[in-house]
Amino acid sequence: MAAEREPPPLGDGKPTDFEDLEDGEDLFTSTVSTLESSPSSPEPASLPAEDISANSNGPKPTEVVLDDDREDLFAEATEEVSLDSPEREPILSSEPSPAVTPVTPTTLIAPRIESKSMSAPVIFDRSREEVQENIEEEANGDIFDIEIGVSDPEKVGDGMNAYMAYRVTTKTSLSMFSKSEFSVKRRFSDFLGLHSKLASKYLHVGYIVPPAPEKSIVGMTKVKVGKEDSSSTEFVEKRRAALERYLQRTVKHPTLLQDPDLRQFLESSELPRAVNTQALSGAGILRMVNKAADAVNKMTIKMNESDAWFEEKQQQFENLDQQLRKLHVSVEALVCHRKELSANTAAFAKSAAMLGNSEDHTALSRALSQLAEVEEKIDQLHQEQAFADFYMFSELLSDYIRLIAAVKGVFDHRMKCWQKWEDAQITLLKKREAEAKMMVANKPDKIQQAKNEIREWEAKVQQGERDFEQISKTIRKEVGRFEKERVKDFKTVIIKYLESLVQTQQQLIKYWEAFLPEAKAIA
Amino acid sequence: MRACAGPRLGAAMMEGLDDGPDFLSEEDRGLKAINVDLQSDAALQVDISDALSERDKVKFTVHTKSSLPNFKQNEFSVVRQHEEFIWLHDSFVENEDYAGYIIPPAPPRPDFDASREKLQKLGEGEGSMTKEEFTKMKQELEAEYLAIFKKTVAMHEVFLCRVAAHPILRRDLNFHVFLEYNQDLSVRGKNKKEKLEDFFKNMVKSADGVIVSGVKDVDDFFEHERTFLLEYHNRVKDASAKSDRMTRSHKSAADDYNRIGSSLYALGTQDSTDICKFFLKVSELFDKTRKIEARVSADEDLKLSDLLKYYLRESQAAKDLLYRRSRSLVDYENANKALDKARAKNKDVLQAETSQQLCCQKFEKISESAKQELIDFKTRRVAAFRKNLVELAELELKHAKGNLQLLQNCLAVLNGDT
Repeated sequence: MAAEREPPPLGDGKPTDFEDLEDGEDLFTSTVSTLESSPSSPEPASLPAEDISANSNGPKPTEVVLDDDREDLFAEATEEVSLDSPEREPILSSEPSPAVTPVTPTTLIAPRIESKSMSAPVIFDRSREEVQENIEEEANGDIFDIEIGVSDPEKVGDGMNAYMAYRVTTKTSLSMFSKSEFSVKRRFSDFLGLHSKLASKYLHVGYIVPPAPEKSIVGMTKVKVGKEDSSSTEFVEKRRAALERYLQRTVKHPTLLQDPDLRQFLESSELPRAVNTQALSGAGILRMVNKAADAVNKMTIKMNESDAWFEEKQQQFENLDQQLRKLHVSVEALVCHRKELSANTAAFAKSAAMLGNSEDHTALSRALSQLAEVEEKIDQLHQEQAFADFYMFSELLSDYIRLIAAVKGVFDHRMKCWQKWEDAQITLLKKREAEAKMMVANKPDKIQQAKNEIREWEAKVQQGERDFEQISKTIRKEVGRFEKERVKDFKTVIIKYLESLVQTQQQLIKYWEAFLPEAKAIA
Repeated sequence: MRACAGPRLGAAMMEGLDDGPDFLSEEDRGLKAINVDLQSDAALQVDISDALSERDKVKFTVHTKSSLPNFKQNEFSVVRQHEEFIWLHDSFVENEDYAGYIIPPAPPRPDFDASREKLQKLGEGEGSMTKEEFTKMKQELEAEYLAIFKKTVAMHEVFLCRVAAHPILRRDLNFHVFLEYNQDLSVRGKNKKEKLEDFFKNMVKSADGVIVSGVKDVDDFFEHERTFLLEYHNRVKDASAKSDRMTRSHKSAADDYNRIGSSLYALGTQDSTDICKFFLKVSELFDKTRKIEARVSADEDLKLSDLLKYYLRESQAAKDLLYRRSRSLVDYENANKALDKARAKNKDVLQAETSQQLCCQKFEKISESAKQELIDFKTRRVAAFRKNLVELAELELKHAKGNLQLLQNCLAVLNGDT
């Protein structure tokens, strides 16, 4: 994430954006004050760009603030978000209109109006925030200029050490990538490694990181062993599609898209092997233990929820989770029955053909053979429909069930953050009590130490509060984005699914229309 | 022959039946004549005008219209139960005079056990589902029950119609008693001993059948028919079973649509974003499309599965006829041998001669009528298949078009909204 401190150029569009802002609580006074820039002295164009790649360990909260606020200006779906923005101060406090900055203003203002691709190369080095804004803008307009495909699964190696390699192809016009079209080979554990890195950087500050597809020991073993049957090809296809969706979701996230690890994953031909993703590895077991500990902690944290919005949202997600699970079960049943129907139709077709053979009335015999052919074609139709049922509908639901688990995780992190803040406050109190005691006992050296500790903990309390406010803010935004994505996703996929149903019916009509004259021809 | 008027169902089972999905509406008219294309005949018309389903039995009201002098009145009705139909059928089978005819197959026993069980399970699970889901499933099961009921009525009716249409069988005394006697025929179902006897008879018959069918027939026609029927019967059996499975899968898929619709509805009513309208519309679509899919399954069941099942039974009856003919041929040949022996020994020649003559007559009589019966069987079969296949194709088209329109309308609305 960029360590960029430059405030946005104040141009035409700026003031109006503030209409959306509500209470201007100066939550971030302290943060802003640490920024070196002031509105009237914007940095020259040659601001170092190396900050961009410097932080491979995740954004520090302060930097995130700036970026997020920029995005807030353009994000629509957040409800009752109490937005505050450090830019307000520059505007409010600056008399000399800083509208014209030495940094070519036209190119900076223009991006908001013109296409992103033009602006990106010009301003990217200077201000990542602009790119962010534009991405956000464009996202609202539904043009996200990066396309990911996962294809060509290839088995590499033999026996139990074998694995599937997938080709990951990226097509983009974003300038952060060195080429506009490129592809690399990745294996499943690489994807898990990517997710693990992103999760460790972003989850605990409130970003909803899309979960990676699940491991399947049984599925993979079959593939490794070399079973060339339909169930293992189905498994590979299922996994390929899941990996593709996973990457597409991840790059849709404006913050994650900026992450260098993601870029490395997409671009570099060699990737260090992610070993900690194996299910039964030491790291894997550690993860399991941590998860269990988390679950216990969750039960014992009793948070004073001062913000009803969070409680409401958590309840909503809980409900949504239940409903989706129920729907998922029904859709899975449908897939199963449709496959059954396909198999039974095929069996019937064969049987009807046999019956037609033994029928000694020629016209009827012919009609029965035709019937057998129709049923065979219909069996194919059912099979295709079952695929659509699964890959469109069922997988959408299971993706979202896992995504909601990630959302719940983010809410939990907020609780932990609150807990940390609480603990710091309690410790501060204790330190103050200790100091008081020292005062009474009159031990000057201990008093000094106590005072130092008090200062230390005061800072920690402040930090804790800041962190908590920050994560709350991030979550609000993330949830807004998530809900928008969810609505879009569901609408798109369900409409596509319905269109598949339409196609099936159209085909059915064709087949039966062809058969009807044959049946009538029986004399 | 009119179609059945609306059957009445026992009060215990059916509440709110009227709001159930209309399972078999205009197709009901064709229900009775599904499998046989019978000429209507003013001299004797039989149909089942009403039926009542009670706890463990079904009461059919058999209605007759006749201008024949045999009956006291021109039009009358009696109430009969399934056992009485079976009694009538068996009396035909056991009658030596009818050996040369294809005896119309007996209707299968009305079997509501599966449906009843499902309704019961639903009742028990009432607490675990929403009121809406419960009502939906209840309607579904009730419609299923109704469909089974209508089918069994149709099958009993077809049996009677076949008998009434047959030039010889329609004159049978037992048949007239069945139609006219307005008291209970007191035909108890076969008790255990009799069932066991039947079992042995069948076993002997099939063993016999193997022996007898080994006898090569001089007559090409019958030889061809035998080979044909044996193979045909087996294949129809297979096709009937597979068709059954296919229609059942279809129904299961339709049931899934039901649950999906309910879940989508719940999602739509609970969601906080603007997608709830979307979900509600899709839920509605699934509900409607499910009704169509259920109809498809039901129509396939009627036009295909039932047709095949019926011809399974008829081809068995035709096989039985062939068996009886072969049996009489063997008897004839044995009588010939006995006559030769008697002539050789010059003892009981007259007796042997009469016996041989009787056997010869019997055999020739059976052969003659059998030939006609088998030709008629083919005609009936071809006509029935034609009718049903045409109707099947037409119904499939109708439903597919209906489905298509539903989907397209829904998509138009959804796309218009977004």
